[in-house]
Amino acid sequence: MTTVTSTSAVRPEPRPKKKIAHSGVIGMLVFVLTEIMFFAGLISAVTITRSTALMNIWPPPGQPRLPVEETLINTAALLLSGVLLGVAHFRFKKSPELVKAPLIAAMLLGAAFVGLQGAEWVALLAQGLTPQSSAHGAFFYLIVGIHGLHALAAIGGLAYVLRRAQQGRLIASELHTAEIFWYFVVLLWPVIYGRLYF
Amino acid sequence: MSTQETHDHGHGDGHAHEPQSFLSKYIFPLDHKMIAMQYLFTGMAMALIGGFTVYVFRMQLAFPGAHVPGFGMVSPDRYNMLVTSHGTIMIFWVAMPVLIAALGNYLIPLMIGADDMVFPRINRLSYQIFLLSALVLISSFFVTGGAFGGAWTAYPPLSARGDYNATGLGSSLWLVAVALEFVAFLLGGINFITTAMNARAPGMKLTDIPMVVWMIVLASIMFMASVGPLVAGAIMLLFDQQLGTAFFDPNRGGDPVLWQHLFWFFGHPEVYVVLLPAMGIVAEVITTFARKKLFAYKTVLYTAAATGIIGFFVWAHHQFIAGIDPRMASLFTITTLIISVPVAEMLFVYIATLYGGSIRLTTPMLWALAFIAEFLLGGVTGIFLGAAGSDIYFHDTYFVVAHFHYTFFPIAFIATFAAITYWFPKMFGRMMDERLGKIHFWITIIAFNFIFIPLFLTGAAGDHRRIYNYQHFPEQWTPTLQNLRILATYALLVMIAAQVIFFVNFFKSLKSGPKAEKNPWKANTLEWVAPSPPPHGNFEEMPTVYRGPYEYGHPDRELDYWPQNEPA
Repeated sequence: MTTVTSTSAVRPEPRPKKKIAHSGVIGMLVFVLTEIMFFAGLISAVTITRSTALMNIWPPPGQPRLPVEETLINTAALLLSGVLLGVAHFRFKKSPELVKAPLIAAMLLGAAFVGLQGAEWVALLAQGLTPQSSAHGAFFYLIVGIHGLHALAAIGGLAYVLRRAQQGRLIASELHTAEIFWYFVVLLWPVIYGRLYF
Repeated sequence: MSTQETHDHGHGDGHAHEPQSFLSKYIFPLDHKMIAMQYLFTGMAMALIGGFTVYVFRMQLAFPGAHVPGFGMVSPDRYNMLVTSHGTIMIFWVAMPVLIAALGNYLIPLMIGADDMVFPRINRLSYQIFLLSALVLISSFFVTGGAFGGAWTAYPPLSARGDYNATGLGSSLWLVAVALEFVAFLLGGINFITTAMNARAPGMKLTDIPMVVWMIVLASIMFMASVGPLVAGAIMLLFDQQLGTAFFDPNRGGDPVLWQHLFWFFGHPEVYVVLLPAMGIVAEVITTFARKKLFAYKTVLYTAAATGIIGFFVWAHHQFIAGIDPRMASLFTITTLIISVPVAEMLFVYIATLYGGSIRLTTPMLWALAFIAEFLLGGVTGIFLGAAGSDIYFHDTYFVVAHFHYTFFPIAFIATFAAITYWFPKMFGRMMDERLGKIHFWITIIAFNFIFIPLFLTGAAGDHRRIYNYQHFPEQWTPTLQNLRILATYALLVMIAAQVIFFVNFFKSLKSGPKAEKNPWKANTLEWVAPSPPPHGNFEEMPTVYRGPYEYGHPDRELDYWPQNEPA
């Protein structure tokens, strides 16, 4: 074909398509988009409720203040766990064997975060902050609880990755898919901490 | 994760032609086509329930207090349940599963030349969760107090407490069912987006993707981005109902309007989530039967994306009388009027596609043309509701109901009938009966207009939509208005009766229709390259793409169509 019309432009022979990213990674990114919007809904709900609080007093009268300083330890543990998973990411490039140590450390720190949150809940319940006592309490247990469930699910994902690594069958896409979810859980926490505790 | 590995490494791995047991083929399938059929038939069954509920409450409105055949007397609380169930079922268990899940599952892999979805197991899980959600919803009809009766929008404080709505358990089951259903579509949407990005046939560029696939993918992205806040709100409402929290209780520091924001932040994009696939179906059908290239492919794509983005900034037009700030109402009036521009542009493009084509008035083409006409009416009447000034009068009247049905009926039924009649030969390997199809088309369309034009009139005359018996409102209980209500009900009975013709045609053709060849409509897209019906694994030989999907009537060619997979 020598003349090229608009519709029959000659194309090069099709080649197999190059993937933009692994399917698992794309699927997880789409899922994280949904999750971000989910937490955006929760966080904007608490923001709106706070902005319409009676006399602008928050937390409402008679409700305990949230332990800002103690929770810094939790926050540090979770952020450090994210950093360690980043270390695992780069060590995987050298050898899949090397991911195990930082991965276990990241999981333990994540579990420590969830455990410390649980201890905090027990203390706050004793001080009279319950889901029924005020909107403050309700939002606190709802948002922190859902974040904690996400953290547990993400630790489960890391445990799967660890098992695959122990079997010597871990591949990059599995590690990256689990990583995306863990980074989401880790980076979400400072936002929640900033909105709920202050 | 292991499944995604085996499927990712491409076409033609061993699973494609293994013999399957009944259970693994029909009950727990991994094949995207069989999952699509499960969604389609579940959606059709739910449509029967949704149709029955509307029959009962329309009878009550036309003949208040009369004995409704097949149901009995309609008490006020039963009436509320029926209206709520009608709205919920038709949107969440008919429009969504059929338009997005069934057609998305069926068409995406076939039209992009893939052997299956990239995550077949997630796909199977998606349907199983969807089925569970339908069962939870149906079970709520049989619990103490009955099904939820607080309207499909579930506004608190009415929905938040069992002692307000008198359906404590029913309202919680309703919420659980809706939340489960969203999880199902979430899983489906992840599949659609990833498959369309990663599994396209060699040579298929982004602008070679058939429009319906684009539309389903864009709709899935919109769904994913909008559903989060509603799930958040649903959890909060469930806590209010079952744990005694006070998120939405104004007496205890909560905010009932907050729910309306969370609900409509999802609820309005949802309109476009179902509109876009319908628009995509119409694009496929009119190009095939006008034998013309789609006028301005990229324009349709960009307007669809623009609709998707602007659709996130219009939600508060549902709340003009809910006490929102009038300055905010002006902003949302402006965005709402702006969104009619890209939607109108899409309709213009379709009319331009028809212009000068050699039009074949087959049954699917009739449905597609009817979609353009009827949806246009729905869109135009929406202007009055999007403008805050007129909406203050029209809010919660039958004008809203009629407007809404002029958009949703074309989307959920007219476009779906276009899709079923168009792809039936591919789905089941047999042709449908054209004569029965046309009879069904004409009766349905005429009856549809006779239902909702009267409701525009009663709405403009002030009929409020949540009233169970107009005899209690003497100023609305006039012979003129009552005759319009009776006319609408009679038209509904005709329309429901006409669906019998569809089911007869569907099942008769399924059993004994003439065998369909591979490409009965002489269309270009890849699904017509596969055998009818396509086997597990779809294609005899995986296709390669050389051109766009709408090369009809090309001047250099003898045939008036040019399949995407044919080398130049």
